[in-house]
Amino acid sequence: MKNLIFKEIDDLVIGSLGIVAFISFFVGGVVAIQTALNLTNPLIPKYLIGFATRQSVVLEFAPTFISVIMAGKMGSFITSSIGTMRVTEQIDALEVMGVNSLNYLVFPKIIALLLYPFLIGIAMFLGVLGGWMAGVYGGFISSAEFINGTQMDFIPFHIVYAFIKTLIFAMLLATIPSFHGYYMKGGALEVGKASTVSFVWTSVSIILFNYILTQLLLGS
Amino acid sequence: MIEVKNIEKSFSGNKILKGISTVFETGKTNLIIGQSGSGKTVLLKSLLGIHTPESGTISFDGRIYSELNPDEKRELRTEIGMVFQGSALFDSMTVAENVGFPLRMFTKDNNKKIQERVDFVLKRVALTDAHKKLPSEISGGMQKRVAIARAIVNNPKYLFCDEPNSGLDPNTAILIDNLIKEITEEYNITTVINTHDMNSVMEIGEKILFLKDGLKAWEGNKEEIFRTDNEAVVAFVYSSNLFKKVREAYLKE
Ligand SMILES: Nc1ncnc2c1ncn2[C@@H]1O[C@H](COP(=O)(O)OP(=O)(O)OP(=O)(O)O)[C@@H](O)[C@H]1O
Ligand SMILES: [Mg+2]
Repeated sequence: MKNLIFKEIDDLVIGSLGIVAFISFFVGGVVAIQTALNLTNPLIPKYLIGFATRQSVVLEFAPTFISVIMAGKMGSFITSSIGTMRVTEQIDALEVMGVNSLNYLVFPKIIALLLYPFLIGIAMFLGVLGGWMAGVYGGFISSAEFINGTQMDFIPFHIVYAFIKTLIFAMLLATIPSFHGYYMKGGALEVGKASTVSFVWTSVSIILFNYILTQLLLGS
Repeated sequence: MIEVKNIEKSFSGNKILKGISTVFETGKTNLIIGQSGSGKTVLLKSLLGIHTPESGTISFDGRIYSELNPDEKRELRTEIGMVFQGSALFDSMTVAENVGFPLRMFTKDNNKKIQERVDFVLKRVALTDAHKKLPSEISGGMQKRVAIARAIVNNPKYLFCDEPNSGLDPNTAILIDNLIKEITEEYNITTVINTHDMNSVMEIGEKILFLKDGLKAWEGNKEEIFRTDNEAVVAFVYSSNLFKKVREAYLKE
């Protein structure tokens, strides 16, 4: 079991580091540039660039949109690997041996994705870093002003909110694609279809849960 | 001994098994033959509990499968080895890991002991230098042999093989047939084999069940299959000229 969990951590979490880092860094940069370009009124302080970058990266971009992207990357990997095991009778083989195949295949993924918040933490950090670099090196804002903005009106509960979302998205990412793979029928063609369908359902659930959780945790 | 009583199985209203009863004896190679699509795989998977029949009972040495609780079912399954029609090797594991898998899951043996056992069964199926290869890196015939090794590694009491030698050259096919027969006798296993290979029938058919359209159309052994007048059997078994001649020669003796 331990080996299986390590393998899933490697496949799912470590294997996604590169793409998450790349996307976060550049999207953070773009958020900063867009904010800067839209701040044409000289009465509005520049540090808002830092503030806006922090808020959008930490609250939505890193937890929610990275998760939607991961629904594509991790999700289709999970669905197609479990689906292939289904259509080539590897799941039947596990069952015949007396292995509880659902447990055996899904449980390690759930445990591995308990590390998913680390991935999102890195995305948050790199997103803000990307914003800082784009802002400062693009000549939109001074380093001190940006950093000042990122520390402004900091509400610790926002971090709690972001990580609660992240953890719930992690569970959606581990389970929905697994079930689509596990309960699929047919052959190789259907594996491809199941991956697509699983991506749609996983991302739709992430967006819906995001709405509900935001309303529950921040609303009222 | 596996006793099958009147099992029926349908898929979406389409009846595939229409009430089959038979006995598979211990220490013998029991063959299920019949045309492609006659329900051999469905029957085998129903015996294994992969498919749940709508009616009928299957009893493994007195243990009626449908009456066992989940723990007893798992316990029984650890006594079963299965060779799937498509081998069903775990493609993320090497050959040695595949074969050692049941031992790692169900025994407390240490790595050294597992490795010795894996070496032993792989030698038994005449594979000595494929330990570190992945299933995708070996030929179909080698995959079949690995699947057999995996099925017998944990000393099963019941061995099921779905077309263990289809797609193999005649030499390898006979090697595998004889291997299964030897293991069956040596360890007194109840072995059930699906096949449409008439060579296998003639080599190892100690008990033959002939399926047609989801029904048991005939049963007997390899001597009896030469003498039977059952039209369905004759039409199926002696559709090739070679076997027609063999039969004529046999009946003359
Ligand atoms: N999971 C399933 N769902 C629906 N129908 C099925 C399923 N499995 C098998 N069938 C149907 O049951 C019938 C018997 O199939 P089965 O696989 O048992 O044939 P077989 O005798 O093993 O043939 P072959 O020699 O080609 O392997 C076929 O008509 C098949 O379409
Ligand atoms: Mg079949």
